[in-house]
Amino acid sequence: MTSIVERHKKLEKNVTLLGIGALITVAIGGIVEIAPLFWIDNTIEKVDGMRPYTPLEQAGRDIYVREGCYVCHSQMIRPFRDEVERYGHYSLAAESMYDHPFQWGSKRTGPDLARVGKRYSDEWHVQHLKNPQSVVPESVMPQYGFLAEADLTVPDIKANLTALREVGVPYTDKDVEMAAADLKAQADPEADAGDLEARYPKAQIRDFDGDPSRLTEMDALVAYLQMLGTLVDVDGAAAQEELASEHGR
Amino acid sequence: MANKRVDAATNTETVGHEWDGIEELNTPLPRWWLWTFYLTILFSIGYVIAYPALPGLHKATEGMLGWSSRGQLDDELKSAAAERAKTVAALKDMPIEQLPQHPELMRAAVAGGAAAFKVNCVQCHGAGAAGSSGFPNLNDDDWLWGGDLQAIQQTLIHGVRQPGDDETRVSEMPAFGRDGLLTPAQIQDTTSFVLSLSGREKPSAASQRGRAVFEANCAICHGPEGKGSRQFGAPNLADAIWLYAGNRDAVSSQISNPRHGVMPAWGTRLDPVTIKMLAAYVHSLGGGEEFAPAPAGTETGAEAAAVE
Repeated sequence: MTSIVERHKKLEKNVTLLGIGALITVAIGGIVEIAPLFWIDNTIEKVDGMRPYTPLEQAGRDIYVREGCYVCHSQMIRPFRDEVERYGHYSLAAESMYDHPFQWGSKRTGPDLARVGKRYSDEWHVQHLKNPQSVVPESVMPQYGFLAEADLTVPDIKANLTALREVGVPYTDKDVEMAAADLKAQADPEADAGDLEARYPKAQIRDFDGDPSRLTEMDALVAYLQMLGTLVDVDGAAAQEELASEHGR
Repeated sequence: MANKRVDAATNTETVGHEWDGIEELNTPLPRWWLWTFYLTILFSIGYVIAYPALPGLHKATEGMLGWSSRGQLDDELKSAAAERAKTVAALKDMPIEQLPQHPELMRAAVAGGAAAFKVNCVQCHGAGAAGSSGFPNLNDDDWLWGGDLQAIQQTLIHGVRQPGDDETRVSEMPAFGRDGLLTPAQIQDTTSFVLSLSGREKPSAASQRGRAVFEANCAICHGPEGKGSRQFGAPNLADAIWLYAGNRDAVSSQISNPRHGVMPAWGTRLDPVTIKMLAAYVHSLGGGEEFAPAPAGTETGAEAAAVE
């Protein structure tokens, strides 16, 4: 007993030793809580249907981040009955695997948006973004009408995709090569989208903001919103059964 | 310890450390606090055994209770479904037009529909189903496509203007201005006539000219009196209810460059029972109409055509 106390004195009197000791102690907590997330199945499970964002969706996502949508909207449906019945199937880790940064959020002033894709019409989204109170009178959301006025300007979409590739998003060389063309083609029903849909399955190709003559920030944001949560077939009976029977979560 | 002594002023033992003459009193933790602390340690051991806790190579330890958050959710959803099972089964087998003869079931359907409406419909039709510009009010008895249970159900299942759905509700009002079918002057005249139908404007020379244009171009769908036609989804223009707005700008804009709203085909998203419940709820809001069987002639006529 005495000897431990005596040795502890050495730690208390040597600031370097104390620092190293404290670091090791804190690191144990970090390793136990964080490190397993890099290898346990739950967080690294592969899910059919996930693909990187199309350039237009990615541009919309950047606008989503720029405007701070995440401050009021989460993108994370937790496995609780009240959330599942309102927002749809709970989110899977893999569904945000290409998010840099992820948009789970931490607060819901507005509803969760993880599965908002295809729930409403484009017209609804445009009207709602321009004037939320016109469709949801009790809403406290600010108005984003300026998005419809602003031309979508992405200085170098190729660089965006390349940067994302650096952090692990599997864009192919062709995806990067075609990025600028893809960006325009997805919102233009007149243009030839080429193999956009083959490279990005389930990509929705149409004019999103009701003004086919222009590519606006509204196009990009609505394109992003309309794909949220639509890539993975989570409602299949087999998927449900399997997810519910997994233990050790 | 070497330097432990009892401090005279407080009558408390020191811990034995001394630093430049500064000493520390050894005031023990309150017993209740200490024991609570030991209990939490015991609890955590029990917790680690009972629940998923220690991370492994592929997943955490399962815990003896076999609990998982997703499993719990599954149980909750299943028990909720089991509670509703009897009602759901009864609703499933019942053709919707027979629902009013079973008040008990009708009440259950309306209650279930109210819940489903809050999740799926309020974003467009509003929390009180009063709609807004471009999104119909469901509380009134002015229906574009029909307000009996069956018609509402049909609209719910197939939606409005949904590509790829053969039975979806489609009306395509021509863009009289954009496509140059009418001159701007004619459109203004027609607007005057349309507004005079509901008494919003007094009949005038313009509305007299507009009547002729209306009869030639619009009456085929909206009817000669402008009372609309559910067969074509053409709105009644002679009442005070407007989908967009009943002023000059809105009406002339709709004539020259009409907007065509859409509604999702819920048949691909919701189960048939939920749709039945929604139909019952919308029907119950105030404008629900009695189910009127289609004239036998047209029904068999359509079938005969289908057979041929």
